[in-house]
Amino acid sequence: MNRQAKDINEQSTWQEMTIGAEIIEPATSKLVNTGEWRIMRPVFVENKCKHCMLCIPYCPDSSIPVKDGKRLDFDYMHCKGCGICVKVCPFDAIDFVKEVK
Amino acid sequence: MARRNEAVEIRWHGRGGQGAKTACLLLADVAFNSGKHVQGFPEYGPERMGAPITAYNRITDEPCKVHSNIYHPDYVVVVDETLLGTVDVAKGIKEGGAVIINSKKEPEELRSLLPGYEGKICVIDAERISMETLGKNYPNTPMLAAAVKVSRVIDQELFIKDMEESFRHKFSHKPDVVEGNMRALKKSMEEVKVS
Amino acid sequence: MAIRDRMSGNEAVAMAMKQVNPDVMGAFPITPSTEIPQYFSEYIANGLVDTEFIAVESEHSAMSTCMGASAAGARAVTATSSAGLALMWELLYVAASSRLPITMAVVNRALTGPININNDHSDSMGARDSGWLQMYAETNQEVYDNFIQGILISEACRLPIMICQDGFITSHGVSNIDLIEDEKVKEFVGEYRPENYLLKHENPLAVGPYGVSPYYMEIKRQQAQAMKDAMPVIRDVAEKFEDMTGRSYGFFEEYMMDDAEVALVIIGSSAGTGKEAVDRLRAEGKKVGLIKLRVFRPFPRIPLAEAMCKVKAVAIMDKAESFSNSGGPLFNEARNSLYDLENKPYAVNYIYGLGGRDITVEDFYDIYQDLFVIYDNDDPGDVYRYIGVRDSRFK
Repeated sequence: MNRQAKDINEQSTWQEMTIGAEIIEPATSKLVNTGEWRIMRPVFVENKCKHCMLCIPYCPDSSIPVKDGKRLDFDYMHCKGCGICVKVCPFDAIDFVKEVK
Repeated sequence: MARRNEAVEIRWHGRGGQGAKTACLLLADVAFNSGKHVQGFPEYGPERMGAPITAYNRITDEPCKVHSNIYHPDYVVVVDETLLGTVDVAKGIKEGGAVIINSKKEPEELRSLLPGYEGKICVIDAERISMETLGKNYPNTPMLAAAVKVSRVIDQELFIKDMEESFRHKFSHKPDVVEGNMRALKKSMEEVKVS
Repeated sequence: MAIRDRMSGNEAVAMAMKQVNPDVMGAFPITPSTEIPQYFSEYIANGLVDTEFIAVESEHSAMSTCMGASAAGARAVTATSSAGLALMWELLYVAASSRLPITMAVVNRALTGPININNDHSDSMGARDSGWLQMYAETNQEVYDNFIQGILISEACRLPIMICQDGFITSHGVSNIDLIEDEKVKEFVGEYRPENYLLKHENPLAVGPYGVSPYYMEIKRQQAQAMKDAMPVIRDVAEKFEDMTGRSYGFFEEYMMDDAEVALVIIGSSAGTGKEAVDRLRAEGKKVGLIKLRVFRPFPRIPLAEAMCKVKAVAIMDKAESFSNSGGPLFNEARNSLYDLENKPYAVNYIYGLGGRDITVEDFYDIYQDLFVIYDNDDPGDVYRYIGVRDSRFK
């Protein structure tokens, strides 16, 4: 059974699983909204940011996109709100607020 | 109905490191080369140099099914005569069988060391033969030759021819060793004494 | 034409490996399987195979190596025994649930306590629920033939397989064997071409993900199905093998069963000794038979039950204890398979041969004698028995 991850869910039968639970295509994390788990939310304060890039490698979920040498706003689909970026930012350019659903 | 498949069964007694197992496997080899079905297997335990070891041969015309040890051998080969005091080497030997011992003594001198055994005793001075022909004490070749001679499990001519080929193959870079081994073989077959 | 030769069971497995020429061998030595990687590494050193031999520091790593190699798309083999198999334990389950086809030569040895190097089936029987296919052999010839078939079976089922033989008894015993020509083996096993694998550049794969509860049970059910689906695969591979060699293999072998009144069910080399007892008893006019089980996983429940039902009493022989207080592993599964049948035979268990305890033709005589007593008296007596053990009650 060569079914892709997007076609498998909690209603899928045993016959519909991939063999050995293999995930046969890359980047399936894109399908999963782990940002939904967030209790606290980092907020990017663009005018304070010096684009030192320190937050980027610290982010455990690769949820800070970078383009042309500048960091962009958070990828809230995958940011779990751990707050590490808030701690490591030397310029207070990331606020940390309660998530409102 | 399955056919009865009479086996020639041989038990080897030696000490770890003396090559009784190698001799047992060599006998399996030569019997195989003569067209027989063979088994050659040692009885394993923790391996210790000098400790008593046992190895077995079954030689048959049809494939042999039995996979147990041999308790009633036709022939017993004793590579080290010092075992006679500690191991009951003659145990279970079949009527008409024989025990073949590596010793300088006469067969009847050894009988007292085999209490309760009334069968045939064969003696071969494998150490002397080995020293004379190879210059070293390798009792294997003479013991193998004596076992073949006494058990008649393989045609002797065939055995000598086969061993020569196998020695030539094994010692292709040492022709004198081939020569020595062949002399040991023939000498042993001539000299083996039967009670 | 077959090549007539003589060799030990370990040499035979190494020879089969040489002819298969797998991509990777990860191995760590342990008696009595050590000779397999030893002989095989000689083949590598002499350039006779191009296998990547990965010498590791433990059996845990040996199995990990095979799993990594297999997931990466390679044909992987290994060999082990006893405590070595035990050290692979966790990985056995991971390999099976990840559905990685790995062929492992298991040279059966007692799984320690007290420490012992000799043969019984406690090591692989202990691993019977790990999800591996398991095949057992009576002779050098069978372990050689099983190994070659095992490669194909494993890959077709996407399940790892243990190719078992009895430590020392066949592994170190030299006897006659018919080898298959190298080219024929090569053609038989073909190239291993998995559809998906880790190192497939255009489509990388994730293997062994965490299985959360909403998915875990579906994955296990699918694994159970793979075991079930292995039955026809094993039969088809055996047919293909018979076409090549003329040697026929089933889930089990029936020996003199057609008109038998009593029979043994047994695994491994001692089946040969049992057959000799059958021959001799038959010569005395006694209607005895024997069933030698070759495939233990998957367990051939239905055909085995049918075969056992030909007789009035069977002795199911276990070369392993399971300390269940109700008999050994083969007994429990074989006896269970009879439950639904109308005319089932009496089935008793004998634990035998633990830690290298020899079993002889005479012992089998005694067992058949017991079976006739059961048959005549219509009473099985105690179904959980031992043979070949010293017992003060019977002194």
